Amino acid sequence: MQTSANVPRPAGSVWTDPKVRAWLFQILAVIAIVALGWFLFDNTQTNLAKRGITSGFSFLNNSAGFGIAQHLIDYNESHTYGRVFFVGLLNTLLVSVIGIVLATLLGFILGVARLSPNWLISKLATIYIETFRNIPPLLQIFFWYFAVMLSLPGPRASMGVAETFFLNSRGLYMPAPSPTDSFATFFGAIVVAIIGVVLLARWSKARFEATGKFFPISLGAVPLLLILPGLAVLLTGNPLQWSMPELTGFNFKGGWVLIPELMALTLALTIYTAAFIAENVRSGIMAVSHGQTEAARSLGLPAGKTLRLVIIPQALRVIIPPLTSQYLNLAKNSSLAAGIGYPDMVSLFAGTVLNQTGQAIEVIAITMSVYLAISISISMLMNWYNKRIALIER
Amino acid sequence: MQIHTFKPDMPPPLLSVGVLGWLRANLFSSWFNSLLTLFAAYLVWLIIPPLIQWALLDADWVGTTREDCTSGGACWVFVQQRIGQFMYGFYPTELRWRVNTSLWLAVIGAAPLFIPQMPRKALYGLSFLVVYPLLAYWLLHGGFFGLATVPTSQWGGLMLTLVIAAVGIAGALPLGILLALGRRSNMPAIRVICVTFIEFWRGVPLITVLFMSSVMLPLFLPEGLSFDKLMRALIGVILFQSAYIAEVVRGGLQAIPKGQYEAAAAMGLGYWRMMGLVILPQALKLVIPGIVNTFIALFKDTSLVIIIGLFDLLNSIKQATTDPAWLGMATEGYVFAALIFWIFCFGMSRYSQHLERKLDTGHKR
Repeated sequence: MQTSANVPRPAGSVWTDPKVRAWLFQILAVIAIVALGWFLFDNTQTNLAKRGITSGFSFLNNSAGFGIAQHLIDYNESHTYGRVFFVGLLNTLLVSVIGIVLATLLGFILGVARLSPNWLISKLATIYIETFRNIPPLLQIFFWYFAVMLSLPGPRASMGVAETFFLNSRGLYMPAPSPTDSFATFFGAIVVAIIGVVLLARWSKARFEATGKFFPISLGAVPLLLILPGLAVLLTGNPLQWSMPELTGFNFKGGWVLIPELMALTLALTIYTAAFIAENVRSGIMAVSHGQTEAARSLGLPAGKTLRLVIIPQALRVIIPPLTSQYLNLAKNSSLAAGIGYPDMVSLFAGTVLNQTGQAIEVIAITMSVYLAISISISMLMNWYNKRIALIER
Repeated sequence: MQIHTFKPDMPPPLLSVGVLGWLRANLFSSWFNSLLTLFAAYLVWLIIPPLIQWALLDADWVGTTREDCTSGGACWVFVQQRIGQFMYGFYPTELRWRVNTSLWLAVIGAAPLFIPQMPRKALYGLSFLVVYPLLAYWLLHGGFFGLATVPTSQWGGLMLTLVIAAVGIAGALPLGILLALGRRSNMPAIRVICVTFIEFWRGVPLITVLFMSSVMLPLFLPEGLSFDKLMRALIGVILFQSAYIAEVVRGGLQAIPKGQYEAAAAMGLGYWRMMGLVILPQALKLVIPGIVNTFIALFKDTSLVIIIGLFDLLNSIKQATTDPAWLGMATEGYVFAALIFWIFCFGMSRYSQHLERKLDTGHKR
């Protein structure tokens, strides 16, 4: 098939050569993109000059001058916009991680429940899934925040559980642990115990593969995990000190508090995403043919081992890719925090900081790159995991 | 010779037929299942009766003010009094017939498309897609041919939600198809441009896109050229959604066997005719359910325009709940909003499942 290249072509038909055309199209496309970029850049320069905005990232060093309701790192009004960025980033990550963990748990339970032979359970799971995945997440966030959290009783009439947990319209108050002198010993004991369990598991696996003798790991692991830290507590005293929330004046002092924005956001995102994860789990389990179960049972595996060794490893291969996109969705949906004023990346940085400084381009660019980075890291992590569990064809 | 007579069959055990049999098979097949059933029944008992009590039995249905809600249940009077605002936003009351007319035109115009035996369906569909938007723009916005102008700042409620969703999908679909073709192209420059575009929009949340289109678009455009708020939101939504459509369409393109491409090339078809006449008709048919799912996501995402201050259904309801005359009606308002969104989304997802079954001609690989 070298003829077309070797035979001299008749004059005039050079434009009908696919190769020439391809080059032409690409050059035109690149020129168009560059021209568009230049057009936007030029307009932006003109507009910025007209409005007297100097571009650049030096505003990150200016003092922010506003307070933030929830900060995982030390923060006060005198800190810089750069610090505000990190506060927002951590808050976004916090809600994403909590949401992903809870949604995965709830989603797997619901997905399995929908396949349950129990009629009532499977119908309830179906109703849950069909209800919550068809309601916009922002609406669910609003519902939990405005209709539920904010209509809880005030601090003086708060609902308490055992005088340690208090729920009111300002949030959920709970005891906060703080380490005492003996915490180091206690922590060390736990680490030693975990290392011991890992070694034990390795030994038992090696022995099982070599001799076929089975050693129940929990027989050694449970005492090890209980006795070592227990001994540490007995010898050196209580490793943690709990500071209890107490009602002083009009509000609670001490302890940890989950602000209502965080609770509403986490609840809504968990409930919404769990409905989608449940569907992924269901389709993953259904993708494993029933013959696999029958084969496992006829080999003599009990039901639990059939599930653990045969069904779940095969189902996970189908579940992981869509699960990844659900995690990405959850991380991106956490930006809906802006709707209720949870101090996340978008509402703090693209909201307050943008309004105060007017550095629209820089702020939006930073915000978008952060989300791109989060998205890319989640998909890289999940791709790595997916590769690990993928079918190895021999 | 002895004659054998058959005795009538014994009835099956009482516990394996009828209601009892069903109960035993589906609810109480083992002790664990029985426990689960009892737990689920308790859960239902905890949730359903109070819900019905609140939403139906104890609810107030008639009245004009908040004081008419006395029975302690849901106060549907609030929704009833504000329904106009929820549906039309600030659209002038005497001009609301224009919204209704355009909605009816859409329903009547699109109805023939759902009749399987309709002749020349494609031609009709295309002309409907060209004519209807112009007609709808004339009816909703006005400004010429004798209709007074209603600026987009007065649009709102469910109507605005539907407008954003409809324009969003109508704009995103062609752009998404082009992007998908570009991503599968043999030309590296085109492919890189499309992949970058798609992955960028898929990696950022819609909310930042809306922020961007509302604060950065005015900076990007030359002096004097400016769009109103709705237009800016629409541009953001279209760009964002086209990336998702592109990925759905790419799935369809990948599912078409290579032989189809080769056969089309062997017939002497050029690229565009190969795509338009052979590949895309098959690929798009495969991904219709996926497109409907993207549309459902888009419909739910329209609620985000609240962030840039547009008064869609959710924002209208949110505003109404902050009205001092109707304080404490947040639950009723949001439940009503949820019901409307749910009806639309559930309807569409059922339709997409129906399409999936109908279009399953066995060509899938």
